[in-house]
Amino acid sequence: MRGEGRGRSSEGRGGRGADKKDGQKRTLFRRRKVCKFCAEKIDDINYKDVKLLGPFVPERGKILPRRISGTCATHQRKLQTAIKRARQLALIPYVTE
Amino acid sequence: MSQIRQYELIYIVSSDATDQQITDLHTQIEEIVGRYSGKLERTDNWGRRKLAYEIGPHKEGTYVLDVISGSGELMKEIDRRLRVSDQVIRHLTVRVDEENLTIERTRTIRKETSQRRRVARGLPPERQPGEGPQRTEDDDDRFGADVDEAI
Repeated sequence: MRGEGRGRSSEGRGGRGADKKDGQKRTLFRRRKVCKFCAEKIDDINYKDVKLLGPFVPERGKILPRRISGTCATHQRKLQTAIKRARQLALIPYVTE
Repeated sequence: MSQIRQYELIYIVSSDATDQQITDLHTQIEEIVGRYSGKLERTDNWGRRKLAYEIGPHKEGTYVLDVISGSGELMKEIDRRLRVSDQVIRHLTVRVDEENLTIERTRTIRKETSQRRRVARGLPPERQPGEGPQRTEDDDDRFGADVDEAI
């Protein structure tokens, strides 16, 4: 899986300039995402830690999906429970209009 | 016999409540904990905080965190009492003992593996103070490689 990601991104890098010129095609280049909690070795995803959860709750108040944040499945699951608990305690909003 | 477990209890007290009322509430909880032969391990008053959303008429509240060791019946009783109370806007009980245990376990495992690997490479088991920048290359090659690639 890792190799595949690499191949794709290097390919994207080559095609980047061409995409910029015509401006129509969507850029294939993507920075490889790494799970924040794995990379920084954060074991404890705690619902009391609003600062930690903040980046995963964008303005609207929804939980940031894995495909965007790059969080791994284990940590996304933990993050999900933590965010839901924090919401119950009014530390994080459910929705913001 | 019921088992002893560790719980975290957070409750939000209305901002209208006086300090006296908050301490009264706290002694009430302490009393219940004592009655059920539990143990209040830690209390932490976060002070006044703005709520992320309005709960009824409330926009602010005082958060209090209690770490309690005790049985499930004890927590049930506290839960019942807090639900009845007028000053408490919201409360949440979370069982934490198992989670803490897993966190502790992953930490020790990680530490042991890193020490083992370091020894195998002929380095001292603990990271030396001057070693900082090399670390990403050593234990976290995946992340380092990705950063290079992205640039």
